Amino acid sequence: MKKLLAPLLLAASLGAWGQSTEIANPDPKVEARLKSIAHELRCLVCQNQTIADSDAPLAVDLRQQTRKMIAEGRSDDEIRAYMVERYGDFVLYKPPFNVVTAVLWVAPALLIIGGLGGLAVMIRRRRDAMAAAAPVPAPDPARRREIEALLAGEEDPKKG
Amino acid sequence: MAAESGGNAMKTLKYVIPLAIFGILCVFLAIGLTKDPRKVPSPLIDKPAPAFSLAQLHEPQATFSPGQMKGKVWMLNVWASWCVSCRVEHPVLNDMSRKGIVTIVGLNYKDQRADATKWLQQHGNPYALSAWDIDGKVGIDYGVYGAPETFVIDKQGVIRYKHIGPISPQDVEKILLPLFAKLNA
Repeated sequence: MKKLLAPLLLAASLGAWGQSTEIANPDPKVEARLKSIAHELRCLVCQNQTIADSDAPLAVDLRQQTRKMIAEGRSDDEIRAYMVERYGDFVLYKPPFNVVTAVLWVAPALLIIGGLGGLAVMIRRRRDAMAAAAPVPAPDPARRREIEALLAGEEDPKKG
Repeated sequence: MAAESGGNAMKTLKYVIPLAIFGILCVFLAIGLTKDPRKVPSPLIDKPAPAFSLAQLHEPQATFSPGQMKGKVWMLNVWASWCVSCRVEHPVLNDMSRKGIVTIVGLNYKDQRADATKWLQQHGNPYALSAWDIDGKVGIDYGVYGAPETFVIDKQGVIRYKHIGPISPQDVEKILLPLFAKLNA
């Protein structure tokens, strides 16, 4: 049993290895802040991964640079600004609101307002149409008898 | 009669509006298809080229900094011996250099000195000189995320254009030559 356990534990620990071995003596405080910042930054080499998740050499470099800036006592905003200056707004997973991204931010709200407006107009129109429609006239008694007779499966009473 | 034609117009609109929306969507998607998501516009365009001072590749004692190029239109080309696309681009750079179209400075990105110099011996050296960016620090300052990348820098030291990926002979004809002509005017 023990013989089996050792390789299993080793395998389980390997997953956590990758980044913790990136530097010799990781400071847990710095690493925690790095993680929170790096999760908001896009790795431009593998565009759908964050800098925290990616193993691309550029992501490693940028993590290293972020560690350095954290050690220098720079704020999160300063670090984000540093990245945007070099790689553009695209590096941020949460893009800022500006002229270029205005459509991106405003479009969903506009679509919802437009959709609700359209729905309101449609509902009102339908209600008006229903109110305007003439009430269904009751069939005259003679016709009614005829129908009932037919439904009952009798011969046409007129013929008989 | 007027009411009836109004009703007809409404009916037509019912078909035309979704069709129009569909058409607009198609146009946007078609434009999207022609774009390469790997080409991220650089925020450095029309900004002064970030300053740096690096040892040169061939002469480790000598340094290079962009300030030395003031008064010249030049190209900073990010390359590495491990970069496969750089091989595709290299003949184009060699050709530009041979024709004396522009001064090309290389930024040898995250490369070993021996590998880099050997690579230039094999493939030809179009560079006036190459700066040696072993740890990729200058690369980060220039927002480099993959080689090859090329910056066109004007006489005032302002970045005017960034080319991501290998430069093709068509790019030289259509983009670079007109740009150089404009910047040298």
